[in-house]
Amino acid sequence: MTVETVGFWVVAAVLLASSLAVVLTPNLFHAVLFLAAALVATGAIFLLLAQPFLFAVQLLLYAGGVVTIVVFAIMLTERLVGQRIRQTSRHLVNGAIVSAAVFAGIAGFLLRSPLATPTPGPAADATIAIGRALVGPFAVTLELLGVLLVIALLGALHFARGEE
Amino acid sequence: MIGLSSYLVLAALVFSIGLFGVLTRRNAVGILLGIELMLNAVNINLVAFARYNGDLIGVIFTLFTISITVAEVAVGLAIVIAIFRVRRTVEADRLDLLRG
Repeated sequence: MTVETVGFWVVAAVLLASSLAVVLTPNLFHAVLFLAAALVATGAIFLLLAQPFLFAVQLLLYAGGVVTIVVFAIMLTERLVGQRIRQTSRHLVNGAIVSAAVFAGIAGFLLRSPLATPTPGPAADATIAIGRALVGPFAVTLELLGVLLVIALLGALHFARGEE
Repeated sequence: MIGLSSYLVLAALVFSIGLFGVLTRRNAVGILLGIELMLNAVNINLVAFARYNGDLIGVIFTLFTISITVAEVAVGLAIVIAIFRVRRTVEADRLDLLRG
């Protein structure tokens, strides 16, 4: 049992438990907090996969950005209606059957596919290589992403502002 | 040493849990949270393949996915707030304006 093995199982347990809590807790606000835990656990998985830069991005954008936006949205909608939003679920059995079937399908595919298990190379810091690739072969994609972010910003402003 | 398949099975589990949330939640915000879980599972797959294949394409693709997801959440929540202003509800079952 190396440190990586123990770390993987601990992080996997945290990730699965918080994911289940996201979809099962009746309180929507608690669901967002559990989502934050799940996102941080995903970042820890990235760390285990030797990608510290992605871990930072995950913390900044997901756990910092997305969770903040969702919390604001919940507080705004609760304030607008003046009563607490109850969070109920429906079709629990059907949903469980469908998602179990999807998981069985994926797991069956994984079992049947000849997954070569190559030994990963030395865990070098890939941040420099990522930076070079982003302004090299992927420069156009990066610019397009900037355009998309501006469009999303304008669109979100347009929808949320309403008519006045 | 953790194998590649462990990461893939973990991602598949998280994906199924997210799908369960999307299918069973009534609240539109709850459905968005489920979609977030599913996208995260995909990111785990991409980074795991990048690590075990020894190239960076999966990592860069994950960077783009994360950025696009953040934009998608912002627009989606703006739409939820706009719908809430008009319809006074965010329950997906009652938003059937386009149903034939």
